[in-house]
Amino acid sequence: MTIIKSEVLPLFTDDDLVKVRQAVRAWMIEQEFSLVTQTKMVTASSELGRNMVVYGGGGCARLECLNDFDRRGIRVIFEDQGPGIADISQALTDGFTTGDGLGLGLGLGGAKRLVNDFEIWSEPGHGTRVTITMWK
Amino acid sequence: MDHIPIIKVGEFLLVSIQVDMHDRLAMRLQDDLTTQLIKTRAQGVLIDISSLDIVDSFIGRMIGNIASMMSILGAETVVVGMRPAVAITIVELGLSLSNVRTALNVDKGIGLLRVLVNSIGNEGSRHDNYQK
Repeated sequence: MTIIKSEVLPLFTDDDLVKVRQAVRAWMIEQEFSLVTQTKMVTASSELGRNMVVYGGGGCARLECLNDFDRRGIRVIFEDQGPGIADISQALTDGFTTGDGLGLGLGLGGAKRLVNDFEIWSEPGHGTRVTITMWK
Repeated sequence: MDHIPIIKVGEFLLVSIQVDMHDRLAMRLQDDLTTQLIKTRAQGVLIDISSLDIVDSFIGRMIGNIASMMSILGAETVVVGMRPAVAITIVELGLSLSNVRTALNVDKGIGLLRVLVNSIGNEGSRHDNYQK
């Protein structure tokens, strides 16, 4: 698998979140993903990006365009150096939120359902990295 | 753009979300709508989301909150114009929007608002209307 191109975007404010959404949309369009697939990937990115801004103290989103034999993919890696997640399986449960959640606690679990590949790494005190990929 | 415009059309308030919503803008819309509802004594709110290319859990919660606030203030809310790709995505995301009434487009939305407002009855105070 090769990375054809990549770009790193800062993600600290809700304006940054809008820019990340627009970038993910543009990359999905460039690779000619269907409208529904674009919408799912942008929505998943919005959920994960907001988690990072609200709970992770901000970080960055790395967009990658992938070539894996005869298939193309778009991968987005969200990485922060925030407090981390102590119990990942609990955080993936629908409705789970810490404190005054801004959404409905659907962020992680919802994003996982929307994409083809979902990976999460987190270490309390060190940060969180969530990777999502859509293939075509 | 710092505010989403709210237009009064007859007895209803009309909001058409035309911009890529950042979170502060969504929060401000809740405040502006409640203020305008009291000021204009409108009986219904129509929210057109045909320009929104995504609805994530935050925007979904905001729409749900607006519907609840309007209901407490004695007004009905109808959301119109959701794109098919957005509908497919929010169901998979797990958003139900169960307390939000929807219609296909602005015309059908206005029609639905008229039915809802008339079924409550127009006589008496706003508070009396809500109790019926």
